[in-house]
Amino acid sequence: MDKLIKLSNWFEERIDLSGVKKFADKKVVPVHRQHFWYGIGGITLFLFITQIITGILLLLYYRPAADSAYESVQFIMTSVRYGWLIRSIHSWGANLMIFFLFVHMFSTFFMKAYRKPREMTWISGAILLILALAFGFSGYLLPWNKLAFFATKVGTEMAAVVPGVGKHILIFLRGGEDVTGATLTRFFGFHVALLPMTTFFVLLIHLILIQAQGMSVPPTLEKEYKKNPKTMKFFPDFILRDAVGWLAVLGLLGVLAALFPWELGEKADRFASAPMGIKPEWYFVFLFQTLKYIPGRIFSLNGEALAIFAIGLGVLFWVSVPFFDRRAQKNLPSKVFTIIGIVLIIYIIVLTTISYFFSS
Amino acid sequence: MKETSKSRRTFLLSGLLSSLTAFGAMMLYPVWRFIMPPKVPESTQNSVKAAKVNELEPNSGKVFPFGSKPAILIRLGNGEYRAFTAVCTHLQCTVQYRKDFKLIWCACHNGRFDMNGNVVSGPPPLPLERFEVAISGSDIIVSKRA
Repeated sequence: MDKLIKLSNWFEERIDLSGVKKFADKKVVPVHRQHFWYGIGGITLFLFITQIITGILLLLYYRPAADSAYESVQFIMTSVRYGWLIRSIHSWGANLMIFFLFVHMFSTFFMKAYRKPREMTWISGAILLILALAFGFSGYLLPWNKLAFFATKVGTEMAAVVPGVGKHILIFLRGGEDVTGATLTRFFGFHVALLPMTTFFVLLIHLILIQAQGMSVPPTLEKEYKKNPKTMKFFPDFILRDAVGWLAVLGLLGVLAALFPWELGEKADRFASAPMGIKPEWYFVFLFQTLKYIPGRIFSLNGEALAIFAIGLGVLFWVSVPFFDRRAQKNLPSKVFTIIGIVLIIYIIVLTTISYFFSS
Repeated sequence: MKETSKSRRTFLLSGLLSSLTAFGAMMLYPVWRFIMPPKVPESTQNSVKAAKVNELEPNSGKVFPFGSKPAILIRLGNGEYRAFTAVCTHLQCTVQYRKDFKLIWCACHNGRFDMNGNVVSGPPPLPLERFEVAISGSDIIVSKRA
């Protein structure tokens, strides 16, 4: 303990950390009926950290080329000690992270945490979700298996319908006209360099905003909370509670990775038919299923392009929700937006269920 | 005097901004050109040996490489051969022949095409391009239509 104090003194003699200490000492988190949801963002962050660690480990063996990517993942899974575990944790962790990101997003949405002054926190969070989906999409291709090959083909082809620049986007993403080894190399670059760097900066902004503005109390509880404002110290009380959640998630991750190691599938073959039952990752399935119902032509327009345009508008609306929900901005209950959120969740669940259980 | 210095400042500022923009564009142009891959000439192959005679059972199909793209050869129930591009017109997935439907089927979004390549159901907006099939000795030759 003495040594620790000495070390702390050594630092303090060189850097003035009194401001940080004072901030950590003063920071509190509101306590109310729904304060459970405050921990979900922390869990997501924790999973992101596990992704960085396992991702760096996988980099020691992975080879990003069409003739060796599949074999290198096979080598990791079968020959490298605990390779199967590291890869499974990376794959399961990615899925859990996106799941918790969705939970975090919907919880902040229903708690109307996006209202003034937290509009930028919402927008940066929405960008982080998009980045996480891009991480998932680019990482999915890296083992170079059949399912990933066709998922990438379909996913990147969707970019081509953007009027004017679609073809350029497609070529930029694929590194050519088709999904080939060039696409794999590019996706590897996105996955391990471009996306982590971008995510780091956006995450930093998101966390700084949260620290600067504190946690939002939902408008439905605000009156009650103001009458009896109960708080909890952020450090160490809230952090320690958060740590319990992280530990639980780590346990879940370990169980999933150990009992259900992530499959590698068959190696991609450019000249093979798309396999039966082909699906993208679960978080894209509702969009995938939507596209199945869109006819090729709608009023002589390309149905695909219209659907993708509508999805784009929907995403834009979702990101800009703080500016549309005027009632929440005035701290009034905004039932319409709550209903929109519920409808969206039902839509996602129903379409995903149809795709997994009732679709040919 | 004040007016003159203000307009001089505006002039210098706009000059600086224009130079910075030009400098930025100059830096970004090679980066943009670098990230867009060079055009690789498309295969000009007009015909290919797709299979051997009797390799395919009646009512079955086979996907084979035709240049850089996949194509599909189908032997109908009556023994006749048909060939098409295997690239679905919807989102470019590779199609397959379904014995049970007697149709060409895309597993990605459930698009279905008949034995003339026309869309039967599902989201594909256009029919599949059809190829010529000829038998030369023991080989089945598939070629693009003139």
